[in-house]
Parts: sequence; structure tokens; C-alpha cells
Amino acid sequence: MPDILTAIWEALPFMLSGAWVNAVLIVGAMLVGLMLGVPLAVGQVYGCKPVRRVVQIYVWAFRGVPILVQLYLFYFGILAWASSIPWLGWAHLESPFLAAVLVLGLTSAAYQSQIFRGAILSLPAGQFKAARALGMSDATAITTIILPQALRLSIPGWSNEYSILLKDSALAFSVGVMEVMARTRAVASTTHQPLPLSILAGIIFFALTWVGVKALLALEKKVRIPGYSH
Amino acid sequence: MNDSDIILKVEGLSKAFGNKPVLQDATFTQRRGTLKVLVGPSGGGKSTLLQCINYLIPPDQGRVWLDGRQINPKSRRELSAYRQEVGMIFQDFNLFDHLNALENVRIALLKVKGMAKAAATERAMAELARVGLAGKADLYPAQLSGGQKQRVSIARALAMDPKVLLLDEPTSALDPELIGEVLTVIKDLAQAGITMIMATHQISFSASLADEFLFMEKGRIVEHGSPAELLGKDCCSRTQAFCAKLSELAGDAGQ
Ligand SMILES: Nc1ncnc2c1ncn2[C@@H]1O[C@H](COP(=O)(O)OP(=O)(O)O)[C@@H](O)[C@H]1O
Ligand SMILES: [Mg+2]
Repeated sequence: MPDILTAIWEALPFMLSGAWVNAVLIVGAMLVGLMLGVPLAVGQVYGCKPVRRVVQIYVWAFRGVPILVQLYLFYFGILAWASSIPWLGWAHLESPFLAAVLVLGLTSAAYQSQIFRGAILSLPAGQFKAARALGMSDATAITTIILPQALRLSIPGWSNEYSILLKDSALAFSVGVMEVMARTRAVASTTHQPLPLSILAGIIFFALTWVGVKALLALEKKVRIPGYSH
Repeated sequence: MNDSDIILKVEGLSKAFGNKPVLQDATFTQRRGTLKVLVGPSGGGKSTLLQCINYLIPPDQGRVWLDGRQINPKSRRELSAYRQEVGMIFQDFNLFDHLNALENVRIALLKVKGMAKAAATERAMAELARVGLAGKADLYPAQLSGGQKQRVSIARALAMDPKVLLLDEPTSALDPELIGEVLTVIKDLAQAGITMIMATHQISFSASLADEFLFMEKGRIVEHGSPAELLGKDCCSRTQAFCAKLSELAGDAGQ
């Protein structure tokens, strides 16, 4: 028994720096998903037919292809090819971490776009009408009236998306990102003690979920519109 | 009547949803500083007419002139400029829920007119004061009563210096005890010479201020005339029959 505790104790710093990798991975993916998910949602709600079609195909593709498959496609396929282009050499595209952020972010964009779309559609139609009646262009109405309200309504869905991303981030070990799962396996293969290390990994993931969900709850409170019940 | 007296001219506005005509050949002219009142049964096309006037609902046919200039709704710039000159008040207020009263009134001054923040704030505060809500500037819509919300929405429209104000049943969504405060504001505007077109069921109130009533039914303007002509004692207009029924239902024959 003491051997196991010693093993865990010795592995702890190594495992905790893995938690840091997961955290950066998730925050990066959330941001990629946000930057892309908002225009996707706006395109799907307000766009002309071809735009709506493109968004639908995007959402359908990224929701349909498993993350593991995408990781292989991006890391061994797209990024490996891109990094062989001479004038892109400076960018060091052949990075497992970059592949993971991109795959998780692009997939998250598909899911986030549906959260935002639902939020936009839940706003009363009169908000857009009133904005137009004041002479606002559609672009101004969307950025100053619709999105500030829709993004507030999206935070609970976002919190859900965060915990899903967190679990998906463990898949990054398949292309060699040294995140918590990869480190668990590495340590377990030398100490031959997979169980305690797996428990430790579970605790780290749980803690990351807890911190993220609490942070988003705090954000939701902070931006809540006074007088509103939800 | 002098031509330069005419601020708004509407000719042959028509609109169908699917193959159901909801507005047919609406035509009228309006003189500066007058109040025109739309009355008629629910579903008669009042809201559709008002929203066709500022192209929130694109009419299938018809033309609109503001201050002698014909509106070209195909040009986005022109349409935006036109809408800035035509204020709109909605039945359910449509205040921007994430902005407080001051920000609601100020937002279009900043984002549409491109005014500097200090000037826009000053103007917005002046309009809030005009509707008696200077003290509520930092409250959000969800913290205001219905009457207060409607007054903020009037301030929001007035801040744009509109040439015409369209009001779509501004008191219909209000509890009875809150109607008075909004009617008082509207009366002040009428007396200040603001040109208005108002759909309403507040017959006796508007009869004292309006220069013309338009009675709408099944998408058509079926009668029009001064309140005295249409509502006079020995007159047997459809308008009068409708208004008599309204006040009977409201249980206040004196209204
Ligand atoms: N977006 C729409 N689609 C289909 N029918 C509509 C739409 N908007 C209004 N209508 C119909 O148009 C008719 C006129 O409505 P409206 O202009 O709201 O009348 P009012 O304001 O006088 O009550 C009604 O029969 C209504 O059902
Ligand atoms: Mg109506």
C-alpha cells in the first residue's frame, strides 16, 4: 500500500501539469467554437438559402464524424500536408496540440452554433422589428440588440458544452498530446499501478469540470439583466 | 390645402399573406401636425397598414411619400434614413430587454445617428424627462410597469426627431389603471404638433384630438372622415356602430 501512495505522490506534479494542458485545450476549443459558432448561428437564422445550407452541412459533418477520426484526419492528414508546404514551414503546423484544439474547437462550433441559434430564435420577434423601425441596419441590429441577449441566454448551454469538451479533451492523447490521460498511461506503464492513477485522473477531470461550471455560473450571474427571473 | 402642408402620402398599399389579402389599396394623405386614427375590428388590417407604411412589412404594391419625397424601399440607405424619420410605437412596447431605460432611448442615437456619447445621453435624458421618467433612467424594462415601458418606447422614438409617429394600439396591452399615463403623453404630443397615425380602441380620447378617423375592415379603409362626421349623433356610419359596440363592451357608455 505505501508503495502505491508513494507512486501517486511522485506522479502528482507530472499529472497536475497534464491538467493544465487539458485546461488550455478546452479554453482554446471553447474560444474557437465561440468565434465560429456565432457567425454560423447568425448565418443559419438570418442567412439566405445557400448560406443556411452550408451551415447545415457544416453542423451535420462535425456532429457526425467521431472526434477520434477527426483527430487522425487533422493530425496525420491535413496538418501533416500543410506543414510540408515550404512557405508554411515557420508555423510548425505539425503539432498534436494544434490538431486537438482545432478538432475540438471546430466540433464545438457545430454544437455551440445550435445553442446560439436556439437562443436567437427564443427572443421575441419584436426586438428585431423595433431595431429596424429605428433605422438600424440588420447587421447593427444583430450585433447590438440580438447577440447581447442571445449570448446571455446561451450560458447554461455553454456550461453543458464545457463539460462535454472536457471529457472529449481526453481523446487528444490519441495523437500524442501529453494531457492527463496520456500521462496516466505513461506513469501506469512504469509503476504497474493503473488503478490508483486512474482514480487520480478521474479526480482531476472532476475538479476541472467543477471549476469551469462554477466559473460559468458566476459569469451568468454577473451579466444577468436586472429584474429578469431567468 | 397647400401641398407643402402634406407630410405623408400613402397610395394603393396592398399586402397579401399567401393568397389571403390583408391590406387592399390603402390610400390617404396626412397634413403636418395632425392625428389620424385607425379604428376597426381586430384582424381588420390596422397593424399591417402601419407596418407597411415604414416597410417593416414589405407591401406587395403601393407607394409612400414622406415630405414630398417618394420612398425607394430597395435602397437600404434610403430605407434606413426614412425609418429614422418615422417613429413606431408597438402594442407590446418592444423595449430592448438588455438595456436600461436610458440606453434604450440612446442606442439608436449612438448606433444609427452616430452621435457622440455625451450629446446622445443628454438628448435621451431630455426625452425621458418629457415622458416623466427622468427618475427611472437606470431601470431595466423588467423593472418597469407597462405604462412606464410604453412611455420609454415613446421617448425612444421621439429622440430620433421623427416627422411622423406610428402608434399601434399603444394602450391595448396595459392594465386599465396604467392607460391614463400613456394617453396623457400622447395628448401632449398631439398638442405639441407631432404628426401621428394611431390605431386604437380609445375612441372618445382620440375623437377629441384627431382630425380624421379611418375605419378599417377586412383589409380595406371602408370609411373615413372627421370624428364629428363619423361619430355625430344622427350619423349612422359603420364607424359609429362599431364604436358604440366597443363602449358597450367596455361598460362605459360615456367613454
Ligand atoms: N405574418 C402574417 N402571416 C399571415 N397572416 C397574417 C400575418 N400578419 C397578420 N396576418 C393576418 O392579417 C390580418 C390583419 O391583421 P392585422 O393587420 O394584425 O389586423 P389588426 O391590427 O387590425 O388587428 C389578420 O387576419 C391576420 O391574421
Ligand atoms: Mg393590430
